[in-house]
Amino acid sequence: MKKVWFLALALLLGLFLSACSGGDNSGSSGDNGGEEGTEESGSNTEQVLNFVNGDTIPSMDPGMVTDEYGIQFTGASMEGLYRMKDGEIVEGIATDHEVSEDGLTWTFTLREDATWSNGDPVTANDFVYAWQRALDPDTGSEYGPYMMGGVVKNATAVNEGEVPVEELGVSAPDDYTLEVNLENPVPYFESLAAFPTYYPLNEEFVEEQGDAFATSTDTLLFNGPYTLENWESTASSWELQKNEDYWDAETVQLDKITFEVVKDAQTQVDLYESGEIDRAGLSSDLVDQYQSHEDYVTVPEATLAYLKMNQTQSDALANTKMRKAISMAVDKEAMVNEILNNGSIASTGFVPKDFVKTPDGQDFREANGDLVTYDPEKAAQLWEEGLEEIGKDSVELELLGGDSEVAKISDEYIANQLSTNLKGLDVTLKSVPFEQRLDLDTNMDYQLQTSLWGPDYVDPYTFLNLWLTDGQNNQMGYSNEEYDTLIQETTDELAQDKEARYQNFLEAEQILADTAAVAPLYQRARARLVQPKIQDVYINSFGPTFEWKWASVGSEE
Amino acid sequence: MLRYILRRIFYMIITLFIIATVTFFLMKLLPGSPLSAENKLSESQREVVLEKYGLNDPIPVQYVNYMTGLVRGDLGISFHFDNTPVTDILINRMPPSMVLGGQALIFGTIAGILFGLIAAIYHNGWLDYTSTVIAVLGTSIPSFVFAGLLQWYLANEWGLFPVALWGTYAHTVLPTIALAIFPMATAARFTRTEMLEVLGSDYITTARAKGVTESGIIFKHGLRNSLIPLVTVMGPMAVSLMTGTLVIEKIFAVPGIGEQFVSSIEVLDYPTIMGTTLLFSVLFIVILLVIDILYGLIDPRIRLTGGGR
Repeated sequence: MKKVWFLALALLLGLFLSACSGGDNSGSSGDNGGEEGTEESGSNTEQVLNFVNGDTIPSMDPGMVTDEYGIQFTGASMEGLYRMKDGEIVEGIATDHEVSEDGLTWTFTLREDATWSNGDPVTANDFVYAWQRALDPDTGSEYGPYMMGGVVKNATAVNEGEVPVEELGVSAPDDYTLEVNLENPVPYFESLAAFPTYYPLNEEFVEEQGDAFATSTDTLLFNGPYTLENWESTASSWELQKNEDYWDAETVQLDKITFEVVKDAQTQVDLYESGEIDRAGLSSDLVDQYQSHEDYVTVPEATLAYLKMNQTQSDALANTKMRKAISMAVDKEAMVNEILNNGSIASTGFVPKDFVKTPDGQDFREANGDLVTYDPEKAAQLWEEGLEEIGKDSVELELLGGDSEVAKISDEYIANQLSTNLKGLDVTLKSVPFEQRLDLDTNMDYQLQTSLWGPDYVDPYTFLNLWLTDGQNNQMGYSNEEYDTLIQETTDELAQDKEARYQNFLEAEQILADTAAVAPLYQRARARLVQPKIQDVYINSFGPTFEWKWASVGSEE
Repeated sequence: MLRYILRRIFYMIITLFIIATVTFFLMKLLPGSPLSAENKLSESQREVVLEKYGLNDPIPVQYVNYMTGLVRGDLGISFHFDNTPVTDILINRMPPSMVLGGQALIFGTIAGILFGLIAAIYHNGWLDYTSTVIAVLGTSIPSFVFAGLLQWYLANEWGLFPVALWGTYAHTVLPTIALAIFPMATAARFTRTEMLEVLGSDYITTARAKGVTESGIIFKHGLRNSLIPLVTVMGPMAVSLMTGTLVIEKIFAVPGIGEQFVSSIEVLDYPTIMGTTLLFSVLFIVILLVIDILYGLIDPRIRLTGGGR
């Protein structure tokens, strides 16, 4: 008797389960096509790559993008005056340009065969419109004023509503000539012009879409190597498809790149191992496990990590000797090898390695050498002298840092190194979310802070202007007149003289080291698993992280 | 009954109003600002951007603006997703979480009741001990451990189901199982305890004496009476399952609301945080009402009449 209803129950459960699967299967059978595509990627007929993305794309409006992914996908599907290829500036919508003798007027010649995905030609007016829009206060763009302010003539005045947008220093004498007037000579303007904020926009289309512009595939126009398909702003999967109407379509090898949002690093790796995706990011806790994997690669970025020392909050940090002691007291080699463990390299200066070359072709970092290195004895000695100067025998400092797992561990390490190597120093940690850290930074409400900076264009200026007396990012009370003058000169009287300009940069960096403005920590790298069959994907030091225009799928080996 | 429901709905609206108000002001206390490039902008440039989002208005004005929008069903525009209405985000992110939560709830409850029943019937036998052990493990081991194990064995090693991602029905299986463990264990525990109590009570003895069949005793008299406490705990659990779980959604890369909610908080997307909180509250309140009505269906003793409260 008992057995009978027991069986009946089991049957019921079985029925329920099969009913569930039956019902839902029919509804989503269309999705199976996507999975089959994965297996085809190796064949010759179609070149397909399957990637994961760490998050959704919050914006595809070139004038509004601020985040890594927005910049990445506007970069893949749209194009500005120039494009970056392996650190070099190459043709985009512009074929060439001329710079006036005073360096203030740039005249770009545009190609006549570039079109938008609705068939309209890409003209100089599209640039004028887009740039004016990025600065129009009504647009509310963050990067517009940031990337163009102080560069394009009247950019800041336009953004603050002091003059109408028409006063912006950009005009179109004819459809294929773009004339740009700058506020100061800006030698790195070419690389700025490769950044999404400087991309053109089709006025008629943008106005027609209104607020809906760039919120989905249907409300976007493309003029780049790929088109973005099946996307809307909250989408968790989308594709890049070869843009057949792109002016250089014959260079583009890939037919399609698919993307799925996967935030968890372990899941990315699992998907990679099961062959569903062709690239996975590795967080530092996974590196140990996959370091010996044959597809393991590390790619250094041009992003620097450093310790900010707020001189307004502590008399110890206002003392140059003590700041210097701090900058020498952290074993950075051990930090990158043991703690970060992802290919990051110890940083010994204020401009990253492999980022820019001096006029005589030497890497900037090599030209100036290792300026700040680990030296515990020297540090201890300087620290003691400093303590005497401020008349104390012990100092307590608070270290402000991010709240991610990696940030906490590395901050813990830094605090430990400082407390161990500098007698009488006690460092406590304060871990807060990113947005809050920005707030505390803006209000100068911290003592020590670990911070990162990535470049906005290819020029030492993007790193070396950070510590100017009134610099937006200074926020720590650092001020050195000699350094200010040297850096200021690179944007006015020396702007046209490459040799002297770089000489100034080299000297300015030396001053930062001598006065211990910040303590360099490391140059960040990222560890990934990447299918060896993927070829010619370039990594940019600024703007879109990956450049897929020249990418292709080779043989499996 | 109808009057009772109407009165409950009126209270629900008041509760929602209070929740919206409290959330709004709590949000204003959060440190940081939604600008992503804040430290790169000058003071006046920051003003320009804040103006666009209406964050320059005094807080009472912002509050009134928000509440009037709410009455019209407008949850505002996301700060993070450009020009995307919060309602769009909710509509996009709710379904996967609801599907997973719903499946886990149904599967977990049914399996749990079964385990509980078996344990109660074979009281102190090996089936009882086995199901108790399962229940204890299910409540004490965090779901992400199960998720990891399922992913490793069922997906990576044996290739039965996809590792992660969202799309086909097969994609829902592993996250559903991982999510179902907890409700299953809870249901099993409650059912077992209640069943034992009910089966030991006088009216069951009476029923037995009258010659009611064993299955009649267990299902008609026993189970029905043991479900009441279960319904009480399963209600809130249903809400927490339907509103998604950060961990499960992250591990299985499911585009659900639970994960979205946490990332909205990380980027200080106020309108989305508000909208999600309100949606969760509505769900919760509605489910509580449903439970109260369910009580009456299960147990005639607490059936509600007009002035019966």
